[in-house]
Parts: sequence; C-alpha cells; structure tokens
Amino acid sequence: MPGPRLSLRGVTKSFDDVAVLKGIDLDVGRGEMLCLIGASGSGKSTLLRCMNGLEPVDDGQVLLDGIDIAEPGFDLGPIRQQIGIVFQSFNLFPHMTNFDNVCLAPRRVLREREDSLRPRVEALFERFGLGAHMRKYPDQLSGGQQQRVAVIRALAMKPQTMLFDEITSALDPELVGEVLDVLRKLRDEGITMVLATHEMGFARELADRVCFMDQGVIAEEGPPDMIFSAPEKERTRKFLASILR
Amino acid sequence: MTRRAAYEARQRRRANLIAGGSTVAVLLLVIVLVPLAPGWEAVRASFFDGEIFLRTFPDLARAFLLDVAIFAWSVPMIFAMGLAIALARGTNNPALFPLRIFGAVYVDLFRGIPVVLLVYLVGFGIPGLGLPRPWNSPYIWGTVALVLTYSAYVAEVLRSGIESIHASQRNAAICLGLSERDTMRYVILPQAIRRVVPANMNMLVALQKDVALLSFIGPVEILRQAGIFKSLLANFTPYVVAAVIFLCVTVPATRYADYLMNKDRNARS
Repeated sequence: MPGPRLSLRGVTKSFDDVAVLKGIDLDVGRGEMLCLIGASGSGKSTLLRCMNGLEPVDDGQVLLDGIDIAEPGFDLGPIRQQIGIVFQSFNLFPHMTNFDNVCLAPRRVLREREDSLRPRVEALFERFGLGAHMRKYPDQLSGGQQQRVAVIRALAMKPQTMLFDEITSALDPELVGEVLDVLRKLRDEGITMVLATHEMGFARELADRVCFMDQGVIAEEGPPDMIFSAPEKERTRKFLASILR
Repeated sequence: MTRRAAYEARQRRRANLIAGGSTVAVLLLVIVLVPLAPGWEAVRASFFDGEIFLRTFPDLARAFLLDVAIFAWSVPMIFAMGLAIALARGTNNPALFPLRIFGAVYVDLFRGIPVVLLVYLVGFGIPGLGLPRPWNSPYIWGTVALVLTYSAYVAEVLRSGIESIHASQRNAAICLGLSERDTMRYVILPQAIRRVVPANMNMLVALQKDVALLSFIGPVEILRQAGIFKSLLANFTPYVVAAVIFLCVTVPATRYADYLMNKDRNARS
C-alpha cells in the first residue's frame, strides 16, 4: 500500500495571540475513517479547515498524497476538488434548488456535460433518499435533509477525501440518525474520511481510529475500543467521563 | 365570541371612532380656515383653476412620457455602472488596485455633488466643447449626469448587499473548487442583489422625480412644459397638474417598495 492519503507534520495555527493548533502530527490512511473528538475549542474544526487549505497554517506541512498543499502560494483550486468538506451549518446556497446546489460545481469546475451530470446527480439524490426533494429549495427541507444535500453536493465532485465538521451538531436529536446513516454508506465505499464529532457512540461504532484533541494538541490516539474503554491519559478519561455521564 | 375577542372588538370600535372623528375635525378646520386667509381667492385662481387643469392635462401627460423614456433608458445604464463600480471596489487583486481607487473616488465624487449641479455642469459643460450633432444633445449629457449620480448610489447599495452575505457562503463555494469569479457570479451576487431590491426600489422612485431636473438644460419634459403653459396662461395650475401626474406614478411605486421591504423583513425575522 502506498503512503498515507493525508499527513500533517508539525502544523501550528494561531488566531491573533491565541494558539489553536500547537504542533499537530497526524497520518490518515487511504480509505480510513478517522474521528476527532474533544471539547469545544480544542481545535478540531480548525484542524479540519487546515486540511483543505480553508485556513492557511502558520507553520508545518499538510501533505496530500505526498504534496505539501500548505506551501505558501500553492494553488489550492485543483486540490479542493479532491477534498470535500461538509459544515455544521450546511451552507447550502439558498437561492438555488437542491439539484442546482449539487450541480453548480460539477458544471463550473469539472465542466461536466448535462447529459452525464443529470443522471449522475439524480442517482445520488435517490441513493440518499432525497429523490422527491431535488426540485425544492433548501429552506423547504428539514435540517437533516439539508445536511444530506450538503453531503451530496460535496460527493458530486467525486472527492477522494471527505472532511466532516460536526455535521450533526446543529440538528434536532431525531434527525441525527439519518445523517449518520449517510456516513455509514460512505464508509463502505472506501472514501477517506475525517470527522470532527460529538457523537461518541457513532465514533466508537465506525471509526478506524479516534484522536482525542485537547488544547491544540492530539492528546491521545488509537483504535476506538482503546480510547473509549481503556484510555491511557488522565485528560482523556476526564473528557469521556464528562460527556458520557 | 370569547371574552377576549369581545373586548378586542370593543377596543377596535372605539379606536376607529376616535380616528374618524379627529380626521373629520381636521378636514373641517382646513376647509373652513384656509379660505378665510386673505390671499385665498388669488391662490385658488392661480393654482387650482379647474378649466386650466383639464385643458393642460393631456399635453402635460404627453410630456411626462418623455420623463418616463429618459427614466427607462437610464435605469439599465445605472445598474450596469453601479454593479461595475461595486465590483471594482470589492476587488483585492493587486493588479486591479487602480480600479479600486477609481471606484472609491467615483462614489465619493458623484454622491457628494447635488444632482442639479451635475446636470448643469455636464449638460452645459460637455456640449460646450463644441461637439458636433448629435453629440451635443442635452438628452445624452443629461442622462450621463443622472447615470453618474445614481450609479454611485446604486454601487454603494450593492456593495452593502455583497458584504451582507455571510462568509460561510463564500467558504462553501471556494471549498467546492469554484473560482473567485464564479463564486461572486453564481453564489454571492444573486443573493446580494435580491437582498437590496427594496433599497433600489426607493432609488428608482427618487430617480423618477430627478428626471425633471433635465428640464434645466433643454428637453421639453413635463416640468418645462408646465413652465411653458404657466407663461402662456399666466397661471400656476399646470405645476399642480405636473405634481399630480408625478404622484400617480411615485405613490404606487413607493408603496410597492415598502411592501417589498416589509416582506423582506418578515422573511428574515
């Protein structure tokens, strides 16, 4: 097997005087599902946003298939097609139908022709149970449905890697399940995935590996069974105790 | 009817009675008091002459069509120019820095000069260069003056709209691999333009009135036509006719703008 899909080496990031990431080293293998857990403000979201260049890192390397995309001046345009990202707040485009939300980037960036794009996108909607909602606008859908459209929108670019930034945190509890089901399907397809999540049960069930972040560093990492059942570090135990209470 | 509903109906009836009574009282006062003023007979004869009203109305309405025409061809130019200036001011490409400066100066300059002054300066100044026909036409230069002023305002309105679109929309577009240009064109601008429709409607109402300023440099539109009638008939009634004709257009337009603004506010709350 070739090297990891994504490697971070000594990544640091500060906002003004606040150091959010204090030297992150991390490898994500091909087809691996990695979950980032940790308290709010521990740097999970920022780490994800550094992985696709949405936030420029201060120092260190972000290697995508061995190419440093954090190099200042690196053209991130082509890279962004390979890394999809889904946000906590969906960020669908409210003035377009759900179908057009999904089609915009393939049309403009991939220059895909309508006759191949249409059936492909329709199939994606069908697959995630939203076939009946393609022609509606985002605000006509529930939060869970909107988030599934956001996932479809990212998938339509045929990314090799997907980043998920607490995508269930803004949802009503009864809608979380349908979104997690989508992630289960994606995992079976072998897409490399990195999730920042508060869904501990889900992380335990599906993650290949879990990283516990605390105050800008990866405090502990390992297989989910180990992290959740027998964490070695005191602060991991404290965090888990505080949320699993 | 519940007790609450009965109470509210009573309150409503009372409020309506008071409102009706006070309106009638004020109207009576105006009708009784104004004619008592010493100059009322003279004013009535020179401003509210019914016969002159009816006689000049058709010609003035026809002259108003010229106002409408000037308005109609100015609007697309104003929006094209306003959009160009708004985009120029928002650019952060270093090579386009001069454009950015130009946009800022343009807005400061043309928002800062009274429209009527600009109409004079452009309308008399540029044809004064000795341009051949038809390039000395007051229609052209009057329109230019209106476009300069109003595009500066529209540019600012559009810019505020662009800035009101949350950064997460831009982030989402960029993360999908869209270029800056496509992000602006397909994601930011369509939302921004929709959001500032009410503000621009108000701008259009103001423009419709300011078209009359072109009368100062030549075109025989409604204000100038009213002036001609005034001199001809030694009576001010034509001005009242012109005011009535303007109101017929601007009142519905203003109401519509208010309606849009309320709808927008309700939609966002």
